[in-house]
Amino acid sequence: MATEKYYVPESSPWPLAASVGLFMTAVGGAHFIQQSTAPDKFQGSWGMPLFFFGLATLWLVIAIWWRDTIKESVGGLHSKQLGISYRQGMLWFIFSEVMFFGAFFGALFYTRWLIVPWLGGAGNNAMTHELLWPSFQAMWPLVKTPDGTVTQAMGAWGLPAINTAILLTSSVTLTIAHHALLQGKRGKLIGFQAVTVVLGAIFLCLQAWEYHHAYEEMGLTLHAGIYGSLFFMLTGFHGVHVTIGTIFLFVTLLRVIKGHFDAENNFAWEAGAWYWHFVDVVWLFLFVVVYWL
Amino acid sequence: MSTAATAHDDHHHHAPTGLKRWLFSTNHKDIGTLYLWFSFAMFMVGGLLAMVIRTELLEPGMQFVDPEFFNQLTTLHGLAMVFGAVMPGFVGLANWMIPLMIGAPDMALPRMNNWSFWILPFAFLILLSSMFMSAFGAGHPSAPNFGWTFYAPLSTEYGPASTDLFILSVHMMGISSIMGAINVIVTVFNLRAPGMTLMKMPLFVWTWLITAFLLIAVMPVLAGAVTMMLTDRHFGTSFFSAAGGGDPVLFQHVFWFFGHPEVYIMILPAFGIVSAIIPTFARKQLFGYASMVYATASIALLSFVVWAHHMFTVGMPLAGTLFFMYMTMLISVPTGVKVFNWVATMWRGSLTFELPMKWAIAFVILFTCGGLSGLMLAITPVDFQYHDTYFVVAHFHYVLVSGAVFTMFAAAYYWLPKWSGVMPNKLLGELHFWSSLISVNLLFFPMHFVGLAGMPRRYADYALQFADYNFWISIGGFWFGLSQLLFLAVCVLCALKKGEKAPAKPWEGAEGLEWEVPSPAPFHTFETPPVVK
Ligand code: HEM
Ligand SMILES: [Cu+2]
Repeated sequence: MATEKYYVPESSPWPLAASVGLFMTAVGGAHFIQQSTAPDKFQGSWGMPLFFFGLATLWLVIAIWWRDTIKESVGGLHSKQLGISYRQGMLWFIFSEVMFFGAFFGALFYTRWLIVPWLGGAGNNAMTHELLWPSFQAMWPLVKTPDGTVTQAMGAWGLPAINTAILLTSSVTLTIAHHALLQGKRGKLIGFQAVTVVLGAIFLCLQAWEYHHAYEEMGLTLHAGIYGSLFFMLTGFHGVHVTIGTIFLFVTLLRVIKGHFDAENNFAWEAGAWYWHFVDVVWLFLFVVVYWL
Repeated sequence: MSTAATAHDDHHHHAPTGLKRWLFSTNHKDIGTLYLWFSFAMFMVGGLLAMVIRTELLEPGMQFVDPEFFNQLTTLHGLAMVFGAVMPGFVGLANWMIPLMIGAPDMALPRMNNWSFWILPFAFLILLSSMFMSAFGAGHPSAPNFGWTFYAPLSTEYGPASTDLFILSVHMMGISSIMGAINVIVTVFNLRAPGMTLMKMPLFVWTWLITAFLLIAVMPVLAGAVTMMLTDRHFGTSFFSAAGGGDPVLFQHVFWFFGHPEVYIMILPAFGIVSAIIPTFARKQLFGYASMVYATASIALLSFVVWAHHMFTVGMPLAGTLFFMYMTMLISVPTGVKVFNWVATMWRGSLTFELPMKWAIAFVILFTCGGLSGLMLAITPVDFQYHDTYFVVAHFHYVLVSGAVFTMFAAAYYWLPKWSGVMPNKLLGELHFWSSLISVNLLFFPMHFVGLAGMPRRYADYALQFADYNFWISIGGFWFGLSQLLFLAVCVLCALKKGEKAPAKPWEGAEGLEWEVPSPAPFHTFETPPVVK
């Protein structure tokens, strides 16, 4: 296998520094949430600044860390074998993300196929139904919860369909950019990648608009029972990933402009592209099971 | 590190010194050492908590701690042992041994490796400190008190304020584990020396490869579970609340989808260690290498479809219950294959009983005990009786303490010569072994009986008829706990290089690349990959 030397970096302060950042983010985050959602129980307001300070530290450190890596890469220290390590690492990271979404999709199916019918008396649950909430009616989307909260279901064929089209288009433009990268056509690459980033941004704006509509006009909120919980958790985490993906693609776009990548040396670029396609596929599942069916 | 280092990187082989060496490390051996000491520290912390539990349970009635605090003790004991002692302990062994075993210069992603480690102390600082802190102005201070399984609604509606800190610390442990696991997989797939084909890899490498896959698959699910907890607690969602159309049982499904593979995460590397040690001291090839690999893989795959055996009493539909019962029983087939292979390896071997072998044999016998009680628990109607009794506590301590933890001792006695360059002290080691072996059985065996007789787990008090057994269980507990100080002494002596100097290969029957480098292993090994025939 390997004949050239595998690059083992010298010691680095960034992992420890990033851990400190993560620590502050976690402690600050827990208190930020407590202090902002239950101010009567949790006095003080130091959670928020600590959280943002921690987060800023974390990202700053990671940025410096990656800058080191980029320098090594540009300086030619990275062997082909190291490139493979990075690639495999990224793929496994995406697999972990798949499993993270899997937990929420699993919750969705379990709710829809089992919990809601059971609360409505299906199977051997006639007594559960009778004793707990006799007037509850099983249905999906669950627009009236057992304790009587009422909401509306988000239809599939308005904004969500447009957003689907946007993400699908962005996957196509990104693939064109990818081919341009491999063929060394810089102009085409920059153009199509820029279009992809813009499409990602449009997607996010439309989603923000959708959320606004849901909260203000439909009564569809996090508090609206299990349907709202699942809706916002799934689409929300997806939105977070689109945000990360857009930033990722934007950064690699800048690096393209700086001339960091070519047909061989392009790990970060491809990692961003894989991430984008992954986010895209998650959306397709979301569209089908959250909005449509 | 950066450009400064780039120029002369190739001729730059001295080990960094002082604090910087440990804090900023990118060396798999140093990071492995950090993991191992951290794991041992958590083992002591968790052990201390357990001794307080056993003090309270020494006699019936309430003596030392109030029940509220008792619940915090059981919770933190479980969390510290699972996430602090056992998991990081095996990661430490992986860090030390995998590159040495496959002829790699280091782990594939050394800086990320260090990050995986340094997240852990902070995560446990958050978790354990909640025991001491007043909950920031929110009533009576309390650490998490809902058991290591943190079932909703105990942890959502009724959880103390520190629950939110707990959630965030679990997220951190998850990040750490996932990065550690990615590193292991990439190292194994990408950094093997020429000629080290997959089916030549030592079983420890194989079992860790599969463990790492399990980690990447289920730690994110755990993250999902605690995230839903967090939003249920603070953002008004109804995942685990039936009034909003959710279900507390949903929590159990998500948790155990993580939780059952998690128990295999804690035992597969142990299988790998035993499969390295037994052939060495039986002076025979491992019996059935390929079947061991396939058995490990099938255990891992099956572990995804047995989770609800922890939930037989929640009222699942009959078909579901039966499915999970049969699947669980099916797992004992590959597990049996393994036990059979270890015994067959010893069969007519030239056995000698050095310390690592003693621990390994104790493991085979006692782990099998735990597997058998597991089989009893897997029978649904029987589990209706045993569930949430001390029988379950006996089961999982047999597989985890005399299983996973014993193999970590075995591994330490086996590889300490390689790590430190000196042989572990024999006298202390023998004392440690026999003392632990007797006390662990005194501690856990009677739990079977009180469990069968109906003593429930997680209570600060118990009915009078359980008094005698509990007295002896507590004695066993203190004895086992104190015995571990002997191990501490062994490790400190090795760290101080006090002892007989170890040769490169201290065990005559040992095979593998790790024995071809000097003892102690130099700071950098296999910078040019060895060729494996
Ligand atoms: C032959 C293999 C095994 C079988 C059939 C088995 C079966 C079971 C069953 C049915 C339970 C649930 C009991 C109840 O709560 O009523 C259980 C609990 C448990 N098992 Fe096993 N088990 C096996 C091996 C293992 C191994 C290898 C480990 C870990 C190394 C393990 C760790 C645990 C733990 C930690 C619990 C208790 C979780 C809790 O409620 O706190 N088991 N086992
Ligand atoms: Cu299980």
